[in-house]
Amino acid sequence: MNDALDVALRLVIVFAVFMVLPLVVGQTEHKVMAHMQGRLGPMYAGGFHGWAQLVADGVKFAQKEDIVPAEADRRIFQLAPAVALLPYLLVLVAVPIGPGEGAVGQVVDAGIFFVLAVMGVGVLGSLMAGWASANKFSLLGGLRTAAQLLAYELPMLLAAASVAMAAGTVSLPGILDAFEWWWLPWQIVGALVFFVAGLAELQRPPFDMPVADSEIIFGAYTEYTGLRFALFLLAEYAGIVVLCALTTVLFLGGWHGPFGADGLGWVWTLLKVAVLAFVVIWLRVSYPRLREDQLQKLAWTTLIPLALAQIALTGIVKVAIN
Amino acid sequence: MTLAATAAHSAHSAYSVLAAQPANPAHSGFLSPTGIEIAFVLVGIATLGAALVTVTTKQLVHAALWLVVALGGLAVEYLLLTAEFIAWVQVLIYVGSVVVLLLFGLMLTKAPIGRSPDADSGNRWAALAVAAASAGALVWVVVDAFRTTWIGLDGPAQGSTEVTGSFLFRHWVLPFEALSVLLLAALVGAIVLSRKRGKEQS
Repeated sequence: MNDALDVALRLVIVFAVFMVLPLVVGQTEHKVMAHMQGRLGPMYAGGFHGWAQLVADGVKFAQKEDIVPAEADRRIFQLAPAVALLPYLLVLVAVPIGPGEGAVGQVVDAGIFFVLAVMGVGVLGSLMAGWASANKFSLLGGLRTAAQLLAYELPMLLAAASVAMAAGTVSLPGILDAFEWWWLPWQIVGALVFFVAGLAELQRPPFDMPVADSEIIFGAYTEYTGLRFALFLLAEYAGIVVLCALTTVLFLGGWHGPFGADGLGWVWTLLKVAVLAFVVIWLRVSYPRLREDQLQKLAWTTLIPLALAQIALTGIVKVAIN
Repeated sequence: MTLAATAAHSAHSAYSVLAAQPANPAHSGFLSPTGIEIAFVLVGIATLGAALVTVTTKQLVHAALWLVVALGGLAVEYLLLTAEFIAWVQVLIYVGSVVVLLLFGLMLTKAPIGRSPDADSGNRWAALAVAAASAGALVWVVVDAFRTTWIGLDGPAQGSTEVTGSFLFRHWVLPFEALSVLLLAALVGAIVLSRKRGKEQS
């Protein structure tokens, strides 16, 4: 196949996944949360169990007036949603969903560093929004976002480093090629640390202090309306997809499965991502929000020591095997 | 020979180990640049511009955001030089952490929206002199170390993670360890400073 056509096709597929999966997760959240709370959730839009609720929401957002506060820093205020959303699209390009080079948007040599670096950039969008809104609640939300990111970036990196040590490579397809089933119990602590730190970086409950609606309205996004607000919401759900995909690839073996890994590898990947996304929604329904000091304490006194212990364990086992 | 020149020469000899293959034969010199070289120069100009705006703008948060552009441009330059690993680490550490810390500080002090009339310093000429001197020293050291060594950008990446890793831990172990001791000292210093303040308050 023509090279340019090949690249274009891959990018189109990644873009389609990027547009569809977050909406699926969002709709699932509506329904799962509702049923966990003894409600039905959306039932009318689209007919069958309200499947088109998020499409209707999107149409509503698109019709709303786009307001920029008079005192705000216009350009940064308008740029912030794009800075928040685009990094997740870039990360998806590097995530392999099946075996071989055909099942990944672009093979990145330093894959782990690429995905973690680009995910970190997304948080700049929240900081820009928080500062540029000229609103004290937004500013507080931005502050909390920054504090949370600084605390949770480190355990996330350390947990990912443990997998890289185990596999002897930092490329995501390379890690999957080296994967064996017994990595699952070996790296389980790292997986938990990575997943929890990732949740905190996405500001999902129970780590949603930066957008705590009972204290600071909606944090950095308080002043946003219409499409720009929708983009921030989309960034949150794209973030869930990216976090679940990364956890799947790094710790759960991606396309490896009990059977059929060659032809149906992508099904295993999607299945694991779906289960993790369900867990993310489940946690939102079942856990109360952590206070700011509890948040910091969890990161610095629990997750980082656990991640360091995991690295030590990985090193010992690795040396013992060799 | 000064210390800097010694370091530069050892860098050169170590580098020759890495780039043992002959200079790219397809290269035809300065006057007929390839596409990558043109891109390198253009990104370099954009990075320099962003850096200049960073130090001259009167809006504090804008300065921090222009710093993001400058550091990101530097990462792109590393990518163009096929040093992929260094490029992503640059983004991870500088854009992802250092700038976030800067923005955190600016928000904590409630940086105003719009111009800050006092966002200037009487030391700017001294700062300019120091900046020019360090830039000159760096350019001189790099030029002196590499002179006419060409990197073939078309072949396999020479800055891949594997190469960078083995290079770092074979030729540069001692500086690497010295740097980690420096970081440890900074960490301990930070803890000592914050402890002291806590005692005075209580």
